Amino acid sequence: MTTIQGVRLDEGERAAPTLPRDILTEELVFNMGPQHPSTHGVLRVVLRTDGEVVREAQPLIGNLHRCCEKILESLTYVQGLPYVDRMDYLGALNMEMGLVLSVEKAAAVEVPKRAQYLRVILCEINRVISHLFAAGQFGLDMGAFTPFLYMFREREEGLTLLNEVTGGRLLYHYIRYGGVTRDVSDDWKRKCIAWCDQVAAHMDEYNNLLTYNHIFLNRTVGVAIIDRETALRYGATGPILRAAGVPRDLRKDMPYSCYEDFDFKVPVGPHDKGVVGDSWNRHRQRLLEIEESLKIIRQAITKLPAGDVSNPKVTRGWKAPEGEAYVASEAPRGEISCYFVSDGGKAPYRARMRGPSFYNISLLSETSRGLLIGDLIALMGSIDITLGECDR
Amino acid sequence: MILAEATPLSHHLATWLAGLLGMQPNWLFSAVGALLVATVILLIVVTPVGLGGVYLERKLAGRMQNRRGPNRVGPYGLLQAVADGVKLLAKEDILQRGADSPLFRFAPYLVFLAAFAGFVVLPFAPGVIAADLDVGLFYFLALIALETVGIVMAGWSSNNKWSLLGAMREVAQVVSYELPLGLAAMCPALAAGSLSLVAITDYQAGPIWNWLLIRHGYWAIAMVPAFLLFYTAGLAAAKRAPFDLPEAESELTAGFHTEYSGMRFGMFFLPEYAMMLSLSAVASALFLGGYHDPLGLSAPGGAFEGAWWWGFLWFFLKTTFLFLSQIVLRWTLPRIRIDQVMYLCYKVLLPIGMGCLVLSAALRLLG
Repeated sequence: MTTIQGVRLDEGERAAPTLPRDILTEELVFNMGPQHPSTHGVLRVVLRTDGEVVREAQPLIGNLHRCCEKILESLTYVQGLPYVDRMDYLGALNMEMGLVLSVEKAAAVEVPKRAQYLRVILCEINRVISHLFAAGQFGLDMGAFTPFLYMFREREEGLTLLNEVTGGRLLYHYIRYGGVTRDVSDDWKRKCIAWCDQVAAHMDEYNNLLTYNHIFLNRTVGVAIIDRETALRYGATGPILRAAGVPRDLRKDMPYSCYEDFDFKVPVGPHDKGVVGDSWNRHRQRLLEIEESLKIIRQAITKLPAGDVSNPKVTRGWKAPEGEAYVASEAPRGEISCYFVSDGGKAPYRARMRGPSFYNISLLSETSRGLLIGDLIALMGSIDITLGECDR
Repeated sequence: MILAEATPLSHHLATWLAGLLGMQPNWLFSAVGALLVATVILLIVVTPVGLGGVYLERKLAGRMQNRRGPNRVGPYGLLQAVADGVKLLAKEDILQRGADSPLFRFAPYLVFLAAFAGFVVLPFAPGVIAADLDVGLFYFLALIALETVGIVMAGWSSNNKWSLLGAMREVAQVVSYELPLGLAAMCPALAAGSLSLVAITDYQAGPIWNWLLIRHGYWAIAMVPAFLLFYTAGLAAAKRAPFDLPEAESELTAGFHTEYSGMRFGMFFLPEYAMMLSLSAVASALFLGGYHDPLGLSAPGGAFEGAWWWGFLWFFLKTTFLFLSQIVLRWTLPRIRIDQVMYLCYKVLLPIGMGCLVLSAALRLLG
């Protein structure tokens, strides 16, 4: 056992001794992160490599732990809600959804139909933005700078849309117990449809520039395969699981917030290139999911029912009655769910959040064996983690 | 740039210096004078190449990426590069613990020297060349290899594993691209029967069909692939995307120059542009007729025979075109993986290069 800065490294498999005895090669131990450009936040990975070949990669998480669950337990219901936004800051609305759904189920709070539709619209915009970010970031990891900024162009417009309704660009605090804070205007609905058209029109550009670029294909097709069994064994969810060929999407399988009203498909790998579960398929999966999300947004805006957007019974000092519930929902990175217990007090007794990134990053050590460092970057980029939600 | 014309200048300088000290001008004063002239010329070359190259790259990248690029310092942001240069000069020069001090300090100079010494053999215009070496092309290729030594020194002495990995990649890359680069450069040399860049350029005098790329039509079958080969391997030599593996910021943080700060970093940063420019210049001299225009006005007997400004204009246009195309490629393509670079160079480019060489030899024999 070697110990590096408090981290025990298993010996693992050694490089086959093909070299003559007098040429001794040693394994290098790299400390990748938490300031590395491709670890997407404050992830630290300890690498044991033989030259450029990764023998072992051990993710060390916890640098961004902010006691999110404990904070939820010590503040009142209304006060605690904005904190979940900070978990996955790239899909903040979906994080709010994760907590709110459980609390509403436990307390049997009714949510007006219009509010449910608005939640769907805004969560899907958030999903599109998050996937654009992830796909662009992946391109950046592969050395392609320009597609990233093209995707940011559409992301920026999307953020403006969200800003107009919620008043925030990154952290929204829009979904509340029993509804949402604000209604949308007809003008906003038109803008939203126009934005959907804009994103759809630019999909070809992304695909030509990045997805079907020959160099990009060489870098990602067949690289860092996460197969069906491995993904299921580690509890991976979201685009990673679907790219591995498992048609698991909670919006379809366990519909919440009126998702059953909308007609959309769940793209499942393998897609037109590569093998099931490789880096390219995970990237393509996100772009295909963007197209499905745009369909949902369009339908929800056309079908948007009239009525209130919040439940008047939920007031400032509102408390959930005694009870417990567990509801899972589909965030951009996978399954976000909350096991919520109330003892009737002013704060939740327990709000245990299950975020997808924690489970997805666990795949790193098993999948990274034998990859080159360049491929490891492809693996990390295509897994797409948010440390805020992994560490909570 | 114009050392041939500057030699009298250095002589005057030496005489003046000796007179100042009341001594007879001897070889020492000549050396000092030559050194001063060389320094001034280097400054004249380095400033526009480095700063102009950086400005062009940033502005063009901005245009490609829906941004404006630098537009705050000076008109159209023209002084941005100057401001950055001043900033680099003012920054602390950090020598981190565990670094191999002499090597670490010397490496940037070696890289800088190798990149800018290549300018000596570039034929900018008829008669405007610092040294018309008989083996100019060979000298140029040798300097590219010298730069690698500096990079390996930097990576090794930094006491940083990412830097070391960057240096290892540079070595792996250099042994891969040098063979196709050399083979591609040999084709025009074979056709023109000389290794002197001036001789090769003048061999292409006359209208556009005299340029080696498409010489008399049939030369194109050997020269077009050779040109593309030279261009591709040149990208690898200048460490430009998609071959920027030794720095690969998303993989190795900044590769071999991770630990460098201040002007020492600048010494790695500027040569990249010098390398791009000199490679473009050599490519245009080898394949695109160098300082000769497409109508043949600069050919012997033409209207602008020997007019340096006319030659310089065409040389500048061709070189800038290739330079800009390198920038556009960088901001379009993702990065290749290190084993793919070696695969590409050994198994794809090298056979093509050999084919080109054989074809060129055959064409030379026949025509």
